Amino acid sequence: MHELSVCEALLAQVRATATANGADGVGRITVRLGPLSGVEPDLLAQAFTIARNGPMTAEASLHIETQPIRLRCRDCGNENEAEANRLLCKACGSYRTDLISGDELLLARVELHGVSRHPTNSTDSEQQERPDHV
Amino acid sequence: MCETCGCSVPDQNHPTPADTHTVEVLRGLMDANDHAAGHNREHFNRTGTLVINLMSSPGSGKTQLLEHTARLVKDRINIAVIEGDLETENDAERLRKQGVRAHQIATGSACHLDAHLVHRALHDFPLEVDGQITDILFIENVGNLVCPAAFDLGQHVNVVLLSTTEGDDKPAKYPVMFRAADLVVISKSDLLPYMDDFKVERAEQALRGLGVETPVLRTAAGRQEDIASWIEWLDGQLTKHRQQQQVA
Ligand SMILES: Nc1nc2c(ncn2[C@@H]2O[C@H](COP(=O)(O)OP(=O)(O)OP(=O)(O)O)[C@@H](O)[C@H]2O)c(=O)[nH]1
Ligand SMILES: [Mg+2]
Ligand SMILES: [Zn+2]
Ligand SMILES: [Zn+2]
Ligand SMILES: [Zn+2]
Repeated sequence: MHELSVCEALLAQVRATATANGADGVGRITVRLGPLSGVEPDLLAQAFTIARNGPMTAEASLHIETQPIRLRCRDCGNENEAEANRLLCKACGSYRTDLISGDELLLARVELHGVSRHPTNSTDSEQQERPDHV
Repeated sequence: MCETCGCSVPDQNHPTPADTHTVEVLRGLMDANDHAAGHNREHFNRTGTLVINLMSSPGSGKTQLLEHTARLVKDRINIAVIEGDLETENDAERLRKQGVRAHQIATGSACHLDAHLVHRALHDFPLEVDGQITDILFIENVGNLVCPAAFDLGQHVNVVLLSTTEGDDKPAKYPVMFRAADLVVISKSDLLPYMDDFKVERAEQALRGLGVETPVLRTAAGRQEDIASWIEWLDGQLTKHRQQQQVA
């Protein structure tokens, strides 16, 4: 199960966001998850109860927003919802479909404690993990 | 709408204390891995090496396919292999016996390779040795049809093996893995006469059910060998890769 590694990556992002905003703790963490992301919501939630122990996140809670799988058909243009192992157009049966949603694996938002001003939304400028050589 | 800070997040927990605010992040959880994968790709492109990530259930025949491939092509294509296993050097040893450069990553408890592990390996295991450039680097991932699919390693191509002894409905059971494949190899096809429940057509149908046009080919890499269509596919990939590298 790789959910523990995914959870550690999640908490690293959460702590970076908290630090960048001068927070002293984290409340509710919201993650957006699609069935085709390869991450099981239950396993992620389970991993979270272990991984959150550490600076900033010991009191944090995880909220998972599951996204539906949606397809657009390349043959007839129809859009419909689908099951993970049946990604065919419901209108014409074609397998030439594109995924509109359903593979999300995103940190959506974080509730921060101990910040008096409303924080600026995070940008890409902080923390990109760079290998320390070329 | 949050009363305290004016943020647009509806939250059952409101009203919140004045020092609590919600910040939108909207960042991919795999960003750190994907960033490292991008860096690995720079390594690969520096030598023009084509990198193929091989994935399957445990025991589907990844190492054996590589052993036979090495025997057939090593005089004309310079290949190298990075092996990922929980424990042991066994698979790397098997390839070294075929005269192929091989590096073992023992992942310990991790059930998949990630871009950082591969990156560390690349620094111990260069793609250019004594002026000799590696044409194809195979990365044999940990035998597992779930976790490896979530981690980009920087490879150019994903190959997923499905052996005839493990059931033709695997693509329907592991959609994330099979959707990630650029090629599906039906391995141990020499056993098809004995595995009367495995129908290649049904495996292909299950794959189409995932909304992909991924090509499928068969290999036999046991005592009875037939991997000609695989070698042909490899040659095609290498040619295509070299053309793309020249344009870039
Ligand atoms: N009959 C037959 N047996 C095969 C074939 N390919 C592999 N095997 C056998 O299947 C077993 C597993 O093969 P490996 O190549 O070690 O499989 P693997 O996918 O590398 O296994 P892991 O690295 O442990 O996940 C060995 O006993 C091989 O001899 C094949 O094409 N035909
Ligand atoms: Mg192996
Ligand atoms: Zn796993
Ligand atoms: Zn359609
Ligand atoms: Zn590097």
